[in-house]
Amino acid sequence: MMEEQALFQPLDRASQLLVEESEVVAPISYWKDAWLRLRSNRSAMFGLITLTILLTLAIFAPLFSHHTYYETQLHLKNESPSATFWFGTDELGRDLFTRCWWGARISLFVGITASLIDLIIGVMFGAFAGFVGGRTEEWMMRIADILYTIPYLLVVILLMVVIGPGIFTIILALTLTGWINMARIVRSQILQLKQLDYVKAATALGASRSRILMYHLIPNAMGPIIVTVTLTIPSAIFAEAFLSFLGLGVQAPIASWGTMANDGLSAMRYYPWRLFFPATLISLTMLSFNLLGDGLRDAFDPRLRR
Amino acid sequence: MTKYLIKKAGILLASLFIISTLTFFLMHAIPGDPFVQDKAIPEEILKALHKHYGLDQPLYVQYAKYLKGLITWELGPSFKYQGRTVNQIISEGFPVSLVLGVEALFLAVCGGITLGAIASMKHQRWQDQMTMVIAVLGISVPSFIMASFMQYVLAMKLDLLPVARWGSFSQTIMPAISLAALPMAFIARLTRSNMVEVLQQDYIQTAKAKGLNSITILFKHVMRNALLPVVTYLGPLTAAVITGSFAIEKIFGIPGIGQWFVMSITNRDYTVIMGTTIFFSVLLLLCIFIVDLLYCLVDPRIKNPGNESF
Amino acid sequence: MKWPVCASLSLMLMASSCQNGGPSSYRPTKQELRLNIHSEPPSLDLRKATDVTSVSVIRMCFEGLVSLDENGMAVPAIAERFEHSDDYTTFTFYLRDAKWSDGQPVTAHDFERTWKTMLLPTFPCEFASDLFILKNGEAAKLGRCSVEEVGVQAVDARTLVVKLDHSVPYFFSLTAVHAFFAVPEHIVSAHPDWADNSTEKFVGNGPFQMKEWRHHNFIEVQKNPHYWDQEKVRLERIFLTLIEDESTELTMFENAELDWAGSPMSTLPIDAMASLKKKQEVTTYPMSGVYYYVFNTKEFPFNNIHIRRAFSLCINRKAIIDNITQSEQVPAMAMIPPTIWKEERRYFQDHDLKEARREFDLGLEELNITLSQFPPITLSFNSASAHHKIAQAIQEQWQRTFGIRIRLENKEWKVFLDEMRHYKFQVARMGGIASFKDPTTFLDFYRYLSSSNNNSQWTNPRFTELLEQSEKIFDQQERTALLMEAEKILIDEMPIAPIYFYTGSYMKKPYVKGVYISDMCDVNFKMAYVETK
Repeated sequence: MMEEQALFQPLDRASQLLVEESEVVAPISYWKDAWLRLRSNRSAMFGLITLTILLTLAIFAPLFSHHTYYETQLHLKNESPSATFWFGTDELGRDLFTRCWWGARISLFVGITASLIDLIIGVMFGAFAGFVGGRTEEWMMRIADILYTIPYLLVVILLMVVIGPGIFTIILALTLTGWINMARIVRSQILQLKQLDYVKAATALGASRSRILMYHLIPNAMGPIIVTVTLTIPSAIFAEAFLSFLGLGVQAPIASWGTMANDGLSAMRYYPWRLFFPATLISLTMLSFNLLGDGLRDAFDPRLRR
Repeated sequence: MTKYLIKKAGILLASLFIISTLTFFLMHAIPGDPFVQDKAIPEEILKALHKHYGLDQPLYVQYAKYLKGLITWELGPSFKYQGRTVNQIISEGFPVSLVLGVEALFLAVCGGITLGAIASMKHQRWQDQMTMVIAVLGISVPSFIMASFMQYVLAMKLDLLPVARWGSFSQTIMPAISLAALPMAFIARLTRSNMVEVLQQDYIQTAKAKGLNSITILFKHVMRNALLPVVTYLGPLTAAVITGSFAIEKIFGIPGIGQWFVMSITNRDYTVIMGTTIFFSVLLLLCIFIVDLLYCLVDPRIKNPGNESF
Repeated sequence: MKWPVCASLSLMLMASSCQNGGPSSYRPTKQELRLNIHSEPPSLDLRKATDVTSVSVIRMCFEGLVSLDENGMAVPAIAERFEHSDDYTTFTFYLRDAKWSDGQPVTAHDFERTWKTMLLPTFPCEFASDLFILKNGEAAKLGRCSVEEVGVQAVDARTLVVKLDHSVPYFFSLTAVHAFFAVPEHIVSAHPDWADNSTEKFVGNGPFQMKEWRHHNFIEVQKNPHYWDQEKVRLERIFLTLIEDESTELTMFENAELDWAGSPMSTLPIDAMASLKKKQEVTTYPMSGVYYYVFNTKEFPFNNIHIRRAFSLCINRKAIIDNITQSEQVPAMAMIPPTIWKEERRYFQDHDLKEARREFDLGLEELNITLSQFPPITLSFNSASAHHKIAQAIQEQWQRTFGIRIRLENKEWKVFLDEMRHYKFQVARMGGIASFKDPTTFLDFYRYLSSSNNNSQWTNPRFTELLEQSEKIFDQQERTALLMEAEKILIDEMPIAPIYFYTGSYMKKPYVKGVYISDMCDVNFKMAYVETK
């Protein structure tokens, strides 16, 4: 009797819980957890910091530069980087450093805005189509196909003639078909996800369509969505360069990174800095977006939550 | 199944009809004349040329005539290139672009999936970072810059490959790599992203615990679930890649069909514009249809699209 | 895994850059020439040819009644002798015993039928206007009379008599233009598609004959054994690749895969010019062409002559040539290139800022506006990089000198042409190469308000009168005086601002000899040969 009593001591429940609670870390919110995870991800932080630096330079560097982006000094053409011209000069003798940061404004603005619009339209279109199914889905996807096949150049020329060149015309041109790729990928993910049991359960419980879409399906498709966005941004930047070459975009002497890279391409063998700097800036921006994007994905993934 | 195919064929034909109508009227809506050059042509000669090619008739008459030709697959003569028909142009250019496109796709798919798989299995280790950087380069350096760079280094400086033109296998290597770079990078990242998610699922841990080796796990369980977005992307990508790329064909002097898509519009060569657009549409709609069918193979949970409504 | 590959690549790179020999030591072993043309010829039927590239290939396979020597004088070709009437309206050509590449004789009927076919109202050719110089030529094309009434007749198989619409002293040199060549009547009448591909039907009378034409890929011609002068032709074969990209062409040339790069069948990349010129490998020749900006003289403010003169005088042509185009072009302070009239005329000074500002102020006064009321100006051009750069430089020059705002409008090619045709521009870029070697090829643009090339909508009664008068005069000196006076009027009123006269730049391998290029971009390979090992 006495040993049994020694082996099993009744717990004083109340005091035990108090002890446990004081040792347990206070529960933190979803967002704080995500931010902590992001911060510990070194590559993601590299991306974030680089982007911040690029954005700051884009906004402030042109204001503090000694040179202008438009002043042509023909006798100073194609100079290699030096103390006066940090990135060298272009074929009309203009300071490449200043032009790169003016170009940054255009490229970043156009790239991010167009991609954001493409993201929103693409996700909503694709998710809705995939979820609803049936004839609606069929025709929605066919409309996307039709838009995709119509020769883009024709549409661009029409826009140029009807609306005229400018930065908003370019964004319009970019967002006409830029969302289609995203829509297709989102739709395929939704097709897969909507078969899962918890979706059926949610429907059975009476959740509305939009609720299922917004809270269950789309967040779980975040992986491919983020990857596709990080493809859309450089596509937008180079599409803008192509459209500007045709005359749809910002007019000279302002140039974007894409336009400068285009111009610098033919000079690659002789004056490589004209290609190198804009192209490197684009790649650096893209790398940062990608690292940040991956980090965000990892940070918000509920399955990785500790 | 047959009913499904017939219904699908009907939808495809309807789509083609809409595409050709929109393209036709869009084409005539923009300013520009196929025959006007920088050295002016007297008005009467211009009118005679228009009459010769039937361009003086009202648009709806021209359109009806064109539709008739479309059904018999007689796509008309080129306005700019005398004596050549659109059919000839497509049949001469397409095989070239097809070969190049298939090569590029093969590179992109094999390379991309491999890179993505490696990256996902070594998640957040140096192999992951490395493939990430390569992928970003593929996405952020446009194909024509990569092409020119390769041409300069590999062909001119190192003399490893021929500079340009088409004919031997070694002449296809640089163009194929240039074409494959972006898709490969995107496929790598899509694969990695989805595989990372799948690898953390419980059933994978179960399989590992049960003693299955990594390769089996990879192919039997992980791949099929992770590759859905890749398959989606491959649909339109295939159609786009096998119809060539204007920039790559220009840089390497390849007689493919890609340059015609842009050239026809720049020349306002109406018949060629229509012909190439319809050709591309047919290919695209076919590829997308095949992809939709493949979904059921890749993920048996997905029923035939069109069967369920929420 | 990637590092070893990168390392070995860099090692090889370093090794090869120290390497000697290779492409630079290449020497040909056969009489063959490898060239590149940068666009697919839309047609090799000389009756329908529209661009310099097509004409270059056509000239390999066809020859005209006369050829031009280095001084631009007409020398016998298919015609062994020729004579003209005193008033230069009737010309007679006596053909030699020449053969087509299928062995059939070249007859005067071939020429007669070719020209008359081109003048048929139903025949689709864009530049039949070159033949309007023939009597009833224009009338026939416009359907006002039968084509049989056109002033060309084959009196017999070897005699061709041509009657012109007016006196044209330089008609002989005109017949060296491809529009006056002949196509083989016996082939063409039976096979309308004779020139579409390289078959036995593609028959010509030139030094070379077509062997193979693979569209968008290559063209191969070989020596024509039936050519009347074939003993003088030393080349056996010319291989023309079709690569549009000028950087690729240059790379192939430097890699010894091509024997020629650049003008007239292609162009050299501008960014390479400085480096290539330093190595002294570039040859430049003058061209009969002028690059200019045209003002819309019916649009405010360019309806005022002083504003136009101000804008033109301000331009710093030398700086543009030295820094942007970099091909030793000649600054143009006149309309007619120095290749046509040997003496160089300068009607004003390049970059004359003082005079420009004076004219500008005068213009403001006449228009009754102040500087702040001066409207923003739009400068239009088509999307090609050189135009873009020149426009940017000039935009800056105008803005800086006058304190006004200039907008650049870069337009797609056909949209640009369309807007020019419908006069929807203020100031735009234009360029023209002579069709034949006479000042009227440029001056005729502005002869009448309704002239199809008169985008400027400018007209001057004295100018028109001078041009009309010149047609009735056949004394060379008198005629030249009239035309010079016309040119002076044109420059005084400045409906166009000439910028520079064209040149052509090319590179050729040292073993290539005997290629002759005229200032009209006509390249002649008849006497060309290769110095073999």
